[in-house]
Amino acid sequence: MGLEAVLQKDGFLTTTIDAIVAWSRKSSVWPMPMGISCCAIEMIAAADPKYDIARFGSEVMRFSPRQSDLMIVAGTVTYKMAQVVRRIYDQMPEPKWVIAMGACTSSGGMYRSYSVVQGIDQFLPVDVYTAGCPPRPENLLNALMTIQDKIGKTKARDFQNRSLAELEHSQN
Amino acid sequence: MNTKELIVEKIKEKFGESVEEVSDFRDDLCITIKKDQIVNLGKYLKEDPDLQFIMCKDVTAIDWATRKKRFTTVYHIYSFKLNYALRLKSNIDDNPPTIETVSFVWQSANWYERETWDMYGIKFINHPDLRRMYMPEGFEYHPLRKDFPVLGIPGSLPLPFKAE
Repeated sequence: MGLEAVLQKDGFLTTTIDAIVAWSRKSSVWPMPMGISCCAIEMIAAADPKYDIARFGSEVMRFSPRQSDLMIVAGTVTYKMAQVVRRIYDQMPEPKWVIAMGACTSSGGMYRSYSVVQGIDQFLPVDVYTAGCPPRPENLLNALMTIQDKIGKTKARDFQNRSLAELEHSQN
Repeated sequence: MNTKELIVEKIKEKFGESVEEVSDFRDDLCITIKKDQIVNLGKYLKEDPDLQFIMCKDVTAIDWATRKKRFTTVYHIYSFKLNYALRLKSNIDDNPPTIETVSFVWQSANWYERETWDMYGIKFINHPDLRRMYMPEGFEYHPLRKDFPVLGIPGSLPLPFKAE
């Protein structure tokens, strides 16, 4: 079917380390499903056969932050929950990315209230904001593709020997 | 004698002077009692064999903002025997507001009173475990008071550190 069918002998290709590392990184983004409220249902729907997040190599929803690259914050984040979200984010290994899924995480949404953080970018470096309340699965997949574009432009050495503060800044 | 008349008569007979108001608005019977009698009234309503209000469904409060007796505590109780839901109220005039706990009468009132303390800052005297219910420990305000701003007090709830 693929390239291997055409090859008669051992093949080789030339590329750069950066290109192949970035390509493999962006083709296997493992999400940490931070499903806090109703957006989580749409996030789950994105993993079902109809929308099939596996087409983008992200079907492995890891429930351990230590095995994930991408945090999908899906739902209203209260001040109390903010501490938990941040702690889980801190436990994820570098390099890592964040999707703010839905109106609540992006801006507080309809919860203009003392208990809800008015946008998670107050305590997390967000890469992609997703509109909608909740966003449809297509919208989440679009956010994932945007992240993939972003990862595709990174270089392998971008994440070498850098302090946490620098990393957060560059990912913002 | 119907249920309502029975309840009102029994309460008036036992508590007489302490009953401040009996209202029957849209078929909801509501008894306003003096603050110091709330526990006795609760005990009586629960233990009287004709009434048996054994279930406390909710405890909450009202902040009247400008009224002299600023707070009113509200108790919703239920009798399976009579199949009847009754509302009790009690006006609080002291500052900071305090009232005796009913958690020894109805166990379920324990958490309801914690919630009321958290949201309105009404202190329930003799409550076994009066900690905040929703807001983080160390939070200094009571969000459902009328003088609390909708978006909260800036800086009163800490956010995790973010590098600049």
